[in-house]
Amino acid sequence: MSRPTYLQEQFEDMHQQTFTATLGMWAFLTTEVLFFGAIFVAYAVCRLRWQEEFRHGSADLQLWIGAINTAVLLTSSLFIALAVRSAKAGHRSMLVVNLIITLIFGLMFLGFKGYEYSVESDESLVPILNWSTIPPDEVGLPPSQQHPRPEQQKLFMSFYFFMTALHATHMIVGIGVISVLTTLSWRGRYTAEHHNPIEIGALYWHFVDIVWVFLFPALYLLRTG
Amino acid sequence: MNYKGIPFGPPRASQFAPEVDALFLFELAISAFAVLGIFMTIVYFAIRYRRRSEDEVPPKTGQHYAIEAIWSIVPFSLMLVMFFWGAGLYSKMKRPAPYAVEIHVIGKQWMWKFEHTDGIREINQLHIPINQPVKLIMASQDVIHDFFVPAFRVKQDIVPGSYVTEWFIPTRTGEFRFFCSQYCGTDHSRMAGSVIVMEPSDYQAWHAGVLPSEPPAAAGQKLFTTYGCIACHGQRAPTLAGLYNSRVQLQDGSVVVADENYLRRSILDPTNQIVAGFPPIMPSYRGQLSEEQLFQLISYIKSLQPVANVSGKELTEPSTRPAPADQPSIIPNFPPAESPYPIVPPQRHQGEPPNPFGGK
Amino acid sequence: MTTVPYIPAPPREKTLDYLNHDYRLSSWLLTRDHKRIAILFMISITIMFFVGGIAATLIRLSLLSPDSWLLRSETYNKMFTIHGVIMVWFFLIPSVPNVLGNFFLPIMIGARDLAFPRLNLASWYLYMIGAVFTLMALILGGVDTGWTFYTPYSSSFSNTHVVMVVVGVFIAGFSTIMTAMNFIVTTHTMRCPGMTWFRLPLFVWGIYATSLIQILATPILAITLALLGVERIWRIGIFDPSVGGDPVLFQHMFWFYSHPAVYIMILPGMAVESELITCFSRKHPFGYVFIAFSSLAIAMLSFLVWAHHMFVAGMSIYAGMTFSLLSMMVAVPSAIKVFNWTATLYKGSVSLQTPMLYALGFIGLFTMGGLTGVMLATLAIDVHVHDTYFIIAHFHYIMVGGMVMAYLGGIHYWWPKMTGRMYNEWWGKLSAIIIFIGFNLTFFPQYILGYLGMPRRYHYYPPEFQFWNVLSSAGASILAVGYVLPLVYLLLSLRYGKRVGPNPWRATGLEWKTSSPPPEHNFEEIPVVTHEPYAYYLELPEMKEETQDE
Repeated sequence: MSRPTYLQEQFEDMHQQTFTATLGMWAFLTTEVLFFGAIFVAYAVCRLRWQEEFRHGSADLQLWIGAINTAVLLTSSLFIALAVRSAKAGHRSMLVVNLIITLIFGLMFLGFKGYEYSVESDESLVPILNWSTIPPDEVGLPPSQQHPRPEQQKLFMSFYFFMTALHATHMIVGIGVISVLTTLSWRGRYTAEHHNPIEIGALYWHFVDIVWVFLFPALYLLRTG
Repeated sequence: MNYKGIPFGPPRASQFAPEVDALFLFELAISAFAVLGIFMTIVYFAIRYRRRSEDEVPPKTGQHYAIEAIWSIVPFSLMLVMFFWGAGLYSKMKRPAPYAVEIHVIGKQWMWKFEHTDGIREINQLHIPINQPVKLIMASQDVIHDFFVPAFRVKQDIVPGSYVTEWFIPTRTGEFRFFCSQYCGTDHSRMAGSVIVMEPSDYQAWHAGVLPSEPPAAAGQKLFTTYGCIACHGQRAPTLAGLYNSRVQLQDGSVVVADENYLRRSILDPTNQIVAGFPPIMPSYRGQLSEEQLFQLISYIKSLQPVANVSGKELTEPSTRPAPADQPSIIPNFPPAESPYPIVPPQRHQGEPPNPFGGK
Repeated sequence: MTTVPYIPAPPREKTLDYLNHDYRLSSWLLTRDHKRIAILFMISITIMFFVGGIAATLIRLSLLSPDSWLLRSETYNKMFTIHGVIMVWFFLIPSVPNVLGNFFLPIMIGARDLAFPRLNLASWYLYMIGAVFTLMALILGGVDTGWTFYTPYSSSFSNTHVVMVVVGVFIAGFSTIMTAMNFIVTTHTMRCPGMTWFRLPLFVWGIYATSLIQILATPILAITLALLGVERIWRIGIFDPSVGGDPVLFQHMFWFYSHPAVYIMILPGMAVESELITCFSRKHPFGYVFIAFSSLAIAMLSFLVWAHHMFVAGMSIYAGMTFSLLSMMVAVPSAIKVFNWTATLYKGSVSLQTPMLYALGFIGLFTMGGLTGVMLATLAIDVHVHDTYFIIAHFHYIMVGGMVMAYLGGIHYWWPKMTGRMYNEWWGKLSAIIIFIGFNLTFFPQYILGYLGMPRRYHYYPPEFQFWNVLSSAGASILAVGYVLPLVYLLLSLRYGKRVGPNPWRATGLEWKTSSPPPEHNFEEIPVVTHEPYAYYLELPEMKEETQDE
């Protein structure tokens, strides 16, 4: 029996290849869990140490942008799941459409994130670059009416930027992966028999989504009333 | 500790040293027995079962669950003995004698500063009388250091930002080296000195010849005024008289013991642990006080007896009141509130314990 | 007198194997062949080993005198730092997995390659990039924080190239993660017909357990180093006590990776050990299942003991007791292995050839190092010897007396398979003995120094410690000779060594069923496994007809 072109030479058959590739992606995602897990633990330790200051930091974040981004990302996961369904059914055009919509939502996420960063910059919340202990809208006021930010809020913002930037980097890689998958799908490479790369790409995308599902409450929702 | 001039072990100069050495020798004996046993078994097997012919075929031997169980359980049981022995001795090391003399230690790159409670200051040397328990309260001014006295078998990392303690009873006169044993930069290996343990009469003689500085508690009292503490404490801020080692209820409902670290945190990070019923208005003194000044302030606060006990005058000696017997503890009655060491006044040392490592 | 059984090679027409089928440089630098990648790693780690070894030489030379006669303190501090960084991340961790594991894991399970060959090549390139960063830091002036990078010294005080080294290690960490992923997936999905889990060689079990630790622990190192870099560059304040940060948080995060890392370093050595002991006593292991499962037990327990590196760092006594007890527990599986290896010799056919000398040396030295580990797990003893030369002696007994000897034993054992040539046995035995003697002379005095109280990372020391320091440095000079000799005679064997056939040792295992060196795709036909591993009682009688004594 002749070997399909997409069967790599170290594998005996397609079944072995798909099973191996999927297991490989799960192994990789395990390392990512540990990767994000470590920074979450460091964040949790610091939050327990400076509860008041970190709550303050949470309150100064743009909750509405974070909420919209959560919805955007969950929707993009929906569409990539639909893409997998299309691939299994062999519907090339629907596959491409679903992947493109996923891409659009992914880019929307990044767009909103960039906008959010610019808002934080305007409010002088960015450590190293333009952190200001006095909020910009209180700069001209007499000291008795100012509410200076606690020093550890800067640490909170450092965590915020580190964790969201790490997540955004993973998003960018994900968008790259989905773009490649979209192009290859459009060229008809994936069929009902051979669509494992779509499934694996979707696995990665879902993972990035799940990381955000943890990031959002941890950073945005634990705030003062 | 020497054999023909070659040192094999440090001197035994504290109450811990013989106990640590005994535990170590126990483990060394078991280890030597195990290593020799394995070595001899290997030699025996390698000779007895050496390959005599290129074509010989060794037999198949079966499974031996019983022996696997034995050589798992026996070593583990021995290790449990070691664990309990070591943990017990360790908990003694962590439980200072209640009447120990406190000495402040500040480690900084790359020197040690000692301050006795009567104001005597020393650099890289520490003079103490024999048989008197000593508790070191230590702080670092910059990076992590470690105060290690091999002859006493005590060691403690000093992490900047909080106080740590270490205690011992010197049981032999002499000069014993101490080292910084946490890498701290360029001159880490020169950050060493000596503890000089003296007979009480010699110690008195030395003490008389040294020019004392102001006792830390008195200096602390001056700082208390200079830095404005006196303006609030006693009126709208919690009173400090009798505060040291008492239990304090915080705003979040938890109860803590006001030890040196509590006092230090209250001065440097007051909003982190607000006392119940008080507003968070104390300013932070971070960056304004050196480690010495912090020690002095805390010495002063420790010296403040509850108002009902003292007729209005503060003592210049640190409080000798031991920690309360009913401290919150995870395990009831552990560690025991009483020190495991008998409370006796310092006395002239009679004779020396035998020392298998040799004398020094 | 034992001789190497000589199986005559086929007449010298040019048989194509993985080495000679293509000589172009691009066929090496762009290879997907796991065997070639293993050779690339072998060359790289050997170079790094000698760089780290030069640092060690300078250290031991400096310590001949209690004063600073050879190096300034700053330079000395940089020497022990770079020695640790290179030896841990650029030699010990990649040694057996990336050289012997890469070469033999696929062959031992009857596969044609690893699951992800291009990922394997990427792993080598990442290793090289990481090594370049680290060596750049060395050339530009070095790092002086110690390989443990404790804060706040490393984050706020040191004015050396910390970030560059941290970047190098960060990148090398991803090399490790990729290799580990590859090995785990390969072991699960690419075993040949008949190769069930309990027919796998113990080498595979050991490498598999190592890979489990690698994928779980290394990402944590990555984040810890990233936070250190961010703290150092931008002073965010997480580890800086002057703004309320916690330096001990760094220690917890660092050791949560680094303790499993030491098991990443030793488990592959144990994996090799199982192969050597069985081959050179021509017997199945005494308790196959026990050795296999103890590897997994070590992998799991290794994550529970990290704070035994921090007993004097200010933890509560209850935390100290917990970690002390757990550390005792993790010694048990290692003890089981040592007893099993020793018992494997029973009723075997024992031959003391070079790899076996390394294997037996491993048992003795690893046991000594491991038992001192139990001493360190004992709280009251650790208070006295922590951060002294006792610790240094302990981990060098395990890493050098254990792991490096296992690596060298494995290299000697599989050298004929990898190269098709046999080295000179007399030189092999001599080097093994020199290494054993030199090693003990170097590191045993350090136990005594440690108990005497000589702290580690000390450039100056009290004069009463000089005797043991001189003894230790003398031993190091012997050890150095022992390490240089194999480099010479192994390289010479490539040109002058006797050619060998598929199975010069009469060992079991699929790697000995294919030619020496193996063909590019490992096997002419994928093998089918029909019986348990190490079935010497079955396979030896069949090999009788094929040999002739010399």
